[in-house]
Amino acid sequence: MPAGEGTALPHPIMNSIFSGTRLRDMIRSIRACKTAAEERGVVRKECADIRASINENDPHDRHRNLAKLMFIHMLGYPTHFGQMECLKLIASPGFPEKRIGYLGLMLLLDERQEVLMLVTNSLKQDLNHTNQYVVGLALCALGNICSAEMARDLAPEVERLIQFRDPNIRKKAALCSTRIVRKVPDLAENFINAASSLLKEKHHGVLITGVQLCYELCTINDEALEYFRKKCTEGLIKTLRDITNSAYQPEYDVAGITDPFLHIRLLKLLRVLGHGDADASDLMTDILAQVATKTESNKNAGNAVLYECVETIMAIEDTSSLRVLAINILGRFLSNRDNNIRYVALNMLMKAIAFDDQAVQRHRVTILECVKDPDASIRKRALELVSLLVNENNVKQLTKELIDYLEISDEDFKEDLSAKICSIVEKFSPEKIWYIDQMLKVLSEAGKFVKDDVWHALIVVISNASELHGYTVRALYKAVLTYSEQETLVRVAIWCIGEYGDLLVNNVGMLGIEDPITVTESDAVDVVEDAITRHNSDMTTKAMALVALLKLSSRFPSISERIKDIIVKQKGSLLLEMQQRAIEFNSIVDRHKNIRPSLVERMPVLDEATFNVRRAGSLPASVSTMAKPSVSIPNGVAAAPLVDLLDLGSDDIMAAPSSSGADFLQDLLGVDLGSSSAQSGATPGPKAGADLLMDILSIGTPSPAQNNTSSVDLLSTPGINKNPSNALDTLSSPALPHIATTASAGGMFDLLDGLTPSPSKEATNGPAYPPIVAYESSTLKIEFTFSKSSGNPQETNVQATFINLSPNTFTDFIFQAAVPKFLQLHLDPASSNTLPASGNITQNLRVTNSQHGKKSLVMRMRIGYKVNGKDVLEEGQINNFPRGL
Amino acid sequence: SDISILSLQIRFILLQNRQGKTRLAKYYVPLEESEKHKVEYEVHRLVVNRDSKFTNFVEFRTHKVIYRRYAGLFFSLCVDITDNELAYLECIHLFVEILDHFFSNVCELDLVFNFHKVYLILDEFILAGELQETSKRAIIERMSELEKLE
Repeated sequence: MPAGEGTALPHPIMNSIFSGTRLRDMIRSIRACKTAAEERGVVRKECADIRASINENDPHDRHRNLAKLMFIHMLGYPTHFGQMECLKLIASPGFPEKRIGYLGLMLLLDERQEVLMLVTNSLKQDLNHTNQYVVGLALCALGNICSAEMARDLAPEVERLIQFRDPNIRKKAALCSTRIVRKVPDLAENFINAASSLLKEKHHGVLITGVQLCYELCTINDEALEYFRKKCTEGLIKTLRDITNSAYQPEYDVAGITDPFLHIRLLKLLRVLGHGDADASDLMTDILAQVATKTESNKNAGNAVLYECVETIMAIEDTSSLRVLAINILGRFLSNRDNNIRYVALNMLMKAIAFDDQAVQRHRVTILECVKDPDASIRKRALELVSLLVNENNVKQLTKELIDYLEISDEDFKEDLSAKICSIVEKFSPEKIWYIDQMLKVLSEAGKFVKDDVWHALIVVISNASELHGYTVRALYKAVLTYSEQETLVRVAIWCIGEYGDLLVNNVGMLGIEDPITVTESDAVDVVEDAITRHNSDMTTKAMALVALLKLSSRFPSISERIKDIIVKQKGSLLLEMQQRAIEFNSIVDRHKNIRPSLVERMPVLDEATFNVRRAGSLPASVSTMAKPSVSIPNGVAAAPLVDLLDLGSDDIMAAPSSSGADFLQDLLGVDLGSSSAQSGATPGPKAGADLLMDILSIGTPSPAQNNTSSVDLLSTPGINKNPSNALDTLSSPALPHIATTASAGGMFDLLDGLTPSPSKEATNGPAYPPIVAYESSTLKIEFTFSKSSGNPQETNVQATFINLSPNTFTDFIFQAAVPKFLQLHLDPASSNTLPASGNITQNLRVTNSQHGKKSLVMRMRIGYKVNGKDVLEEGQINNFPRGL
Repeated sequence: SDISILSLQIRFILLQNRQGKTRLAKYYVPLEESEKHKVEYEVHRLVVNRDSKFTNFVEFRTHKVIYRRYAGLFFSLCVDITDNELAYLECIHLFVEILDHFFSNVCELDLVFNFHKVYLILDEFILAGELQETSKRAIIERMSELEKLE
């Protein structure tokens, strides 16, 4: 071809669009680019030239511009500015322009672009064009990218073209119609007649597209389905028989199989016709049997036909002899050495289970082997199939196989595999001990892949299997020594050790199958300590370990000092929640020995049914509620009706809410929970308060008070269905809910330290000191409440409450204080450094007065914070401390 | 119903080299440009390192990609999960044979410099995501008729 820019030639169209050197030059120069930046440079320059050329509006450059744009588009650069050029080219009279225009249209635009609507008119003209090649271009574009609107507008033209004299147009019109009826199913009826005429076609290409169109119509429109079933089933069977029996046709044969593509399309259409219609199914049994038995299966093309044939046999109405044939074919597929064939066999056996479970079960061994295939595609299918094969009779054997494989499988398959095993075990477990054993194995091999709800469920089951508590905790102890890197195993183990540690060390409840083991109390604590100190343990695990330690401190009194040391170390944890828990737990161990045993009693049995309901439905909801601060505690009155609504099975809705949460807490401190039943009977408050505390501590209620849990939950997380298993949430929620971050919770925590937020004589048995307003400005108010540490009269605990009186949020809030030399001041961290509008935060101070009894407290303070990014500083002196502190 | 009576069609066809350069990308479903790039990237990642003994099928999002490698080129078709994989493998092979005939011993460079012709051949082979013509001869003849009109 002559090179040149098209200028030297008399007529530009004579210079073939693509032989112009410029397109080739551009491709060459782009290919020559060594770096992406260089390529971008070349493309940028080309695009600029094209834009300039577009602006000049020279029709002779359009086709070449567009060709270049298509290449640039394929490289991934934006080319939308060329869209209008496509339309112009399509509207031009010549075939070459139209051809490149339509090509560009299909590449650069799709049905969602409004610009496309502009082309409808051109398309309409071209569909009626006298040049059949132009008609072909328009059909092709319409079939590939038309929108519903265009489909509606142009359907009559396309329908007419199905009967066009040139077969190339007929087949294009047929496929174009499939797109039209997909886009606008209402139009299906209009195509029924035209489509059925295509089934009698002698032209191969037209026939194959006609069959496709009929298939499409049948799946969209019932009327069409009925029509084709009545009028065309026999004809289609004859066509299929003809090609099956026909002699070698080199043009359409693939690897010795006659016309596999037409075979497949005919079988597919027969499938819809036979499905749900016994008569039609009957008609086709012979030919299906013939295809199923006579098709060569040593080449892919033959297997593709067999595949389609089996699909059809399985879909049409019962012809049991055919189904045996189909299952046999699948059996052969399954033992084929070609991975592709085995893959499709697995896929199709999944459908075959529906009507012949036994036949598929016979291939179980082979299918299990496929689970171990190196190819992930096969493994995934096989695993799906295996899980469908499981029933009560084979669950033990299949689970064993899968767990054995779990030990050696690829890391990236373990997640899928372990999830499947867990769901199988949960669904078909014949007895609890077997379930626990299998779950322990899975957690040992793939614990880090196991989802939260799975190990939560395991804990619920363990909790319910009281006769297996000893067995389980010992098994877990042994497992965790070997598989300490499996996070969820560690969690379940430390939970059980915390709950049932005494059964572990004393070999309580030994089953016949167990070998006795010797575990000292110290060994048990080692496991928990290991979990809490391990650097890669996550927050949940550490928090669970801390709770376990608290429990063990009571279960193992002889080493409670060591346990306390471990807890105390966590005061230095970088995790705020851990710090705070450590401080709380430490004070329980230190100062509340009398209530500790009841605080750390075993969890009540977790309710399986409720857990399962929640697991199935409302997990996300509960999670979000857990995160809510429990500031609404005082509002017991409002929350009370919820108990009724949710009907938690608690008859005594005794929460009889006191006027404020603080009262509960005072009551709690005022009475000895363990002994004073009279008192707790007199005021319902304390008991609820105790539950609340236990909930906070994630310890659960003492079993006799079990039905009080409703009130606990009511108090702690209003508005959500709760049950004992919510303790699990508390265990696992990394936020360690309820406490710490909210002001009111901060108050409770102080109570544990022997403080009360408001004067309470019962609480301390000492003199009471009235609270003071230490400082007040137009924006900020500070209140102090006081309490005395037991034992040291010099020491005063002050709880400062900072109240934001302004409508703005204070951020970066910091409170600083200075005292004279005779005083010593210790500041705990504040409950938050953000003070919302009308909200408050608290901070604890400890003042030691070396001149106790002689001098009063005095303090200078400075408060800094930011409002809308601006620094604010407030200062003041506090002289109004109560006397005698 | 559990039988596979669904609208079946090819969602897209990709032709990519080992480095992930797209040599042909034809979409029969509307996708955003950015989404197309993502799809091309992901499909390349999925197929490029697979062992040659593995299946020619990879699950891709909610669909499945049937791919076949010829020298350094990957031909990938995205279809429904329930579709006849083996038939689409034959489709790919037929397309490659047609290209091979047309360019007589096709190589990647033919496809680069004549990318527009590859699209035109594809449009004679597949339309609306469905097989249009399975005869090599018919397609080659049609192409030469069209060439004459240029």
